[in-house]
Amino acid sequence: MTDTLLSYDDALARFDPAFGLEVHVELNTATKMFCGCPTTFGAEPNTQTCPTCLGLPGSMPVVNAMAIESAIRIGLALNCEIAEWCRFARKNYFYPDMPKNFQTSQYDEPIAFEGFMEVEVDGETYRVGIERAHMEEDTGKSLHVGGSTGRIHGADYSLVDYNRAGIPLIEIVTKPVVGTGAKAPEVARAYVGQLRELLLGLGVSDVRMEQGSLRCDVNLSLTPQGSDALGTRTETKNVNSLRSVERAARYEVQRHAAVLAGGGTILQETRHWHEDTGVTTSGREKSDADDYRYFPEPDLVPVAPSREWVEQLRKELPEPPHEKRARLQQEWGFSDLEMRDTAGAGALGLVEETIAAGTTPQAARKWWLGELARRANESETDLAALGVTPVDVARVQALVDDGTLNDTLARQVLDGLLDGDGTPDEIVAARHLAIVSDDGALGAAVDTAIAANPDVADKIRDGKVAAAGALIGAVMKEMRGQADANRVRELILEKLT
Amino acid sequence: MSADRRTAAELAAALASGDTTSVAITQAHLDRIREVDGAVHAFLHVDTEGALRDAAASDERRAAGSSYGPLDGVPIAVKDVIATRGLPTTCGSRILEGWVPPYDATVVARLRAAGLPILGKTNMDEFAMGSSTEHSAFGTTHNPWDLDRIPGGSGGGSAAAVAAFEAPLAIGTDTGGSIRQPGAVTGTVGVKPTYGGVSRYGLVSLANSFDQAGPVTRTVLDAALLHEVIAGHDPLDSTSIDQPVPALVEAARRGSDGDLTGVRIGVVTELGGEGYQAGVLSRFAESVELMTKAGAEVVEVSCPHFVHALATYYLILPAEASSNLARFDAMRYGLRVTPDVAENGAPPSAEDVMRATREAGFGDEVKRRIILGTFALSSGYYDAYYGQAQKVRTLVTRDFEAAFERADVLVSPTAPTTAFPIGEKVDDPLAMYLNDLATIPANLSGVPGISVPSGLAEEDGLPTGVQILAPAMADDRVYRVGAALEAALLDQWGGPLLDQAPDVPSVEPVETTGERR
Repeated sequence: MTDTLLSYDDALARFDPAFGLEVHVELNTATKMFCGCPTTFGAEPNTQTCPTCLGLPGSMPVVNAMAIESAIRIGLALNCEIAEWCRFARKNYFYPDMPKNFQTSQYDEPIAFEGFMEVEVDGETYRVGIERAHMEEDTGKSLHVGGSTGRIHGADYSLVDYNRAGIPLIEIVTKPVVGTGAKAPEVARAYVGQLRELLLGLGVSDVRMEQGSLRCDVNLSLTPQGSDALGTRTETKNVNSLRSVERAARYEVQRHAAVLAGGGTILQETRHWHEDTGVTTSGREKSDADDYRYFPEPDLVPVAPSREWVEQLRKELPEPPHEKRARLQQEWGFSDLEMRDTAGAGALGLVEETIAAGTTPQAARKWWLGELARRANESETDLAALGVTPVDVARVQALVDDGTLNDTLARQVLDGLLDGDGTPDEIVAARHLAIVSDDGALGAAVDTAIAANPDVADKIRDGKVAAAGALIGAVMKEMRGQADANRVRELILEKLT
Repeated sequence: MSADRRTAAELAAALASGDTTSVAITQAHLDRIREVDGAVHAFLHVDTEGALRDAAASDERRAAGSSYGPLDGVPIAVKDVIATRGLPTTCGSRILEGWVPPYDATVVARLRAAGLPILGKTNMDEFAMGSSTEHSAFGTTHNPWDLDRIPGGSGGGSAAAVAAFEAPLAIGTDTGGSIRQPGAVTGTVGVKPTYGGVSRYGLVSLANSFDQAGPVTRTVLDAALLHEVIAGHDPLDSTSIDQPVPALVEAARRGSDGDLTGVRIGVVTELGGEGYQAGVLSRFAESVELMTKAGAEVVEVSCPHFVHALATYYLILPAEASSNLARFDAMRYGLRVTPDVAENGAPPSAEDVMRATREAGFGDEVKRRIILGTFALSSGYYDAYYGQAQKVRTLVTRDFEAAFERADVLVSPTAPTTAFPIGEKVDDPLAMYLNDLATIPANLSGVPGISVPSGLAEEDGLPTGVQILAPAMADDRVYRVGAALEAALLDQWGGPLLDQAPDVPSVEPVETTGERR
């Protein structure tokens, strides 16, 4: 069944969107939230487990102090209050990949609360309120085998990997964001992008959306124009790229609008985002009456970070992203527009690292916002997920600068990088992409071109130097692009004048 | 075959002097188990091979001139709610039938590190829910004083094993009286340490905020010796107290001189009178008189909120238990019941398997408390039940604080009655719950308590117990006062109370683990 959608402009003409984001961030602590098991990504299934994260009878949790520290630093960076005293709580529900059939989380006493983040879109600043940031543990991971959907229903059997069970998570929940109008999907995307940047700067998470270390749920509702009351919301899960955040929000705006405009009502439910088809489908019906029977976790003692410690952590926070952005713009000499485009593409960190690896600011920007942005768009992924690193880009530019590559060849090196064929130098060697600077070989090619185009050669001999372009093209073709056009021109002029 | 009736302290002395070996002692207890456990059914699993292997290792250490400590080589029984690596741990439940933990509870690790051979695992009410062991899925334990009567619960197996001389020592767990009440009705000593004094890591949780493992023995000194082995901070248990353990053995030895001069003893008004058996009250009065004679100053103290303790307990406990027991879902260990088809005729789903397994694997009392707890935590009821109960809990703690201003220890009968006949209360949960009336307040506020045998009730000739409570982390006080009372009573009786118990008839056990009886 396909949803009926209203056009985006029509939707916005009639309704005002409100959105909220719930972002789960896997912390990069060496060990799990409540036990000493390692957290390495991609290990053999069920090799990073112990009685505690398997929930064996009698096992008990012990809080990872590093996770608390990361949670406080995230809270501080989001301008939150830090609880003087808070507890963990049990969230009770049954699911096969939940070892204890309750998740140890935080309920009404989050470690951080009441914060905000300034988000910039097209030169305008929006304040996104942070309701809370709380600590919890991840569940195991189910693999449903057989059946057509890959979901638990209809599967022949399911495999569960508990390596992920107990990995520390921070859930960051925004307040409903209203008043962003047609920009809502972009603001949502920019918030997640900027949050990603902030977390990266704090060094508390790998924030790899494609690996699931940053997972995002998009809540969205529509209010008829002129009304104040928030509409019924849907919670869209499985939104695993910045691009998808925007697309999913946009899709839900259009879907809600069609339902509401047709006189229907929005069902409060979770929806699944499908990256491939660009649609959401209905998940579980969800109501405010979902009863998780929360109560304080009796196996843990309260967390009571001292004010001295909190202030110490505040002092040691890295530069806030908006200040850093102002500083970088100054240092790089970017125009407002250039800076905005770079941030909008989620490329600030990438450009910064590329510059750190020795590239000029303009060259770094050119690669990430030009060729690479085009490729990311083609393959419908985020820049960060392309598989090309800032160090690679810096090396490619260095090869251009020293005359080993020209722009055409450099683009071919990028092809190699995207194919995962190794470092730029390896690709240049393997694909024979370097410019031929051997004058002998070039000279022969120039002679061939002159011989094949006697009238052009005559024009040049007559002083019409501009005609050299045709010969240069012929030589470049002969050399399959691997020549420095300036050198070719020099050789042609030497021979004919 | 006569039982080895020596206390753990005596066995330890005999081992130290080279008069006997751990293998001999351990074998004697294994023989005794073989002889009488068919009648008593204190054990769910006996580890003959492992116990003898550990005993032999202990003897080798002694021969080489070293030792793991005073109790090295003295065998022990462990309640089946505590995880033992390589030994079945069922918690008295069908749902854990066949589960062999891959790890040791901290208590067990400490027993092993102190050289105590583990004889086996003792019977209990399913998941420690009960006061009689009748709720064990694997058959009731019988009171060695009268095999037709209950041995108390939930730790009836540990108490009966010690009372029937099947083990000199045992480990119990006390959530609302499960160490102390069985001690009272079997004529043995049981101690619930300060909450956090003994690690809970590896103790399968009933109610996490009440559970505490402790010693089950025949003398106060033995309890102190065992308590010192298992006590102390454990980084694996966040609720464990990071403070030095008081000198318990020293306190017990000091108390055994019988002098209580300067000790203020508070008799709790609310823990006595109506609802208490006459013989229990007269034995209690006698004990108070003996303590007065020993020099103690006796005062009456009132703890007005104790009357709400039982109701409070039966809200918090089921709430925590309902969540703790959720993990038994057939997905990873224990029983798995797979229905042929789901209710709607489709192939069974994971949820269907969970449902069928929990239906078949849990007994009625467990289901009752899961339902109670789920209800008490439900949205809209939380504040009225769980939240309110936590407030009363605070009031009970304040009562204790006020009482301990006026008295060094508090005393009461341990249980309101002597052992009742098997079957009498099994279908009457409220009557069953009343057994823990006097023991529950200590669990609500985490203070330590001991039950010491106080004699036999005149109307039925069955054992009674006195409970002595002290402030948190003052466990040494219960040992001092307990040992002094014990000394005075032994004088009066002319020997241990258990000498007056009838002989247990010889009935060889059948293999019990995994069989419903």
